[in-house]
Amino acid sequence: MCGIVGLHLRDAALYPRLGELLTGMLCEMEDRGQDSAGVAVYGDREWSPEGHSSVSLLEVAEDVAGLADAVSVSLGSPVAGQRLGDTTVLTAASGDLLEAVRAVRPDVLVAGFGSDVTVLKGVGHPRALAASWGLAKAQGWQGVGHTRMATESAVTPSGAHPYAVGPDQCLVHNGSFANHATIRRDLRAAGVRFDSENDTEVGARFVAHQLEQGRDVETALKELCSTFDGFYTLLVSNSDSFAVVRDAIACKPAVIAETDAWVAMASEYRALSDLPGVEHARIWEPEPEVVYAWTR
Amino acid sequence: MDQVIFDLTQMPLREVNAALHAPGLAGDFLVENPAGAHNLAVGLTSPVNVTVQGHVGYYAAGMNQRASVSILGNAGTGVAENMMSGTVTVRGNASQSAGATAHGGLLVIEGNAAARCGISMKGVDIVVGGNVGHGSAFMAQAGRMVVRGDAGDGLGDSIYEARLYVRGTVASLGADCVAKEMRPEHLEELAALLKSAGFEGDDPAAYTRYGSARTLYHFHAANSY
Repeated sequence: MCGIVGLHLRDAALYPRLGELLTGMLCEMEDRGQDSAGVAVYGDREWSPEGHSSVSLLEVAEDVAGLADAVSVSLGSPVAGQRLGDTTVLTAASGDLLEAVRAVRPDVLVAGFGSDVTVLKGVGHPRALAASWGLAKAQGWQGVGHTRMATESAVTPSGAHPYAVGPDQCLVHNGSFANHATIRRDLRAAGVRFDSENDTEVGARFVAHQLEQGRDVETALKELCSTFDGFYTLLVSNSDSFAVVRDAIACKPAVIAETDAWVAMASEYRALSDLPGVEHARIWEPEPEVVYAWTR
Repeated sequence: MDQVIFDLTQMPLREVNAALHAPGLAGDFLVENPAGAHNLAVGLTSPVNVTVQGHVGYYAAGMNQRASVSILGNAGTGVAENMMSGTVTVRGNASQSAGATAHGGLLVIEGNAAARCGISMKGVDIVVGGNVGHGSAFMAQAGRMVVRGDAGDGLGDSIYEARLYVRGTVASLGADCVAKEMRPEHLEELAALLKSAGFEGDDPAAYTRYGSARTLYHFHAANSY
């Protein structure tokens, strides 16, 4: 069991409430997983300033200012750093920040990167983690979250979701992939780098690899359905898209709700029950192997 | 007797369920603000009327005996699972495994039911106003299922002696499930089921009956490895 939540806002008047709404949704799903949690927030300009690139890092033991300085020297332009819970977020106005981070700290664990997304994750109780990130204050147009009950790999920061392995991309998963080792081997042979032995990372790398080859998210997810064996409800987001897909058996739960102001998805309805205007939302359960996608 | 109101924003779920389990209970009850709560109105044994105003989570009205439970919203996984008797009505849609393993009573889902509706049903009557998902009536042993819309893949896979009536299309039949003739007793049975669920306007002759071909009942050496 794991819990998934996602909120894609259409009404800009709700952007200042993204963090508050996402925190409520995430904490409602704490019963579905309490060993780790994570979120991806799109468009918070405190965490990811407009026109800047950002990189989220896990398990950084050193001083944030020292790391930012070291990356800044490599990048040749200023780098700002902040610690949000156990996640370290670096931002820079110019240059390839991810490449500079990897050059300076080749073994660092990258939780996410892009120009709009901030990925925060860690081991612990979802409620405590959300408080440590200050999630309730976050703003933006889209957020996804995950509460993990580990089944397939160890309880470590690298095993927490979301998996954000392409620029501004993010994937969260409830379920387990059966043939992930085979697919990981194939992707490694194609030059894809992995951070963990986690099954979901393989799904995320697979989708990122498909997108890199120019496929759209819908095609990439259909390809995933025909390649992966196992159980899954997936929420896949990008800076401008939000997509849901379930496996053919569809035993992992999912519910979608939609109003003029937002699209929301969660493992269970109760995570949606406090959203503004939910009483007038169109609510349905996604069909197996049908890709539901929204763009802004 | 006046209706008793339980507001789930004011009263914990366990207290609401405990109140509904009081020995010798009778009367009408309204549960407000369920907000998707799990296990609401489970294990009722008294002939009470319970109305739930909103959407419920998993296993609502599970194991029901004698009570009449109306859910004015959607239901999550396993609504009325293992029901023994009584009536459970869902005004909206139901998620997977609605009426799973239920032995008796009537389950009415006015909207659609998702995958595995009536899985391993053992005597319950299920009437679905819309469609049912894949794997519905899997290993259905006894009882009747009526689908006013369409059925997904694998309807009635490995079915025993349950009778299925579908008005719309069936995406595919499961192993050993076949279409059967609608004889007068089936038209009569279906008309009674539709009436009990409030759909008496339907023409029973527009439905097709499905049931077991009974080819899996006995061991065949040819099926062994």
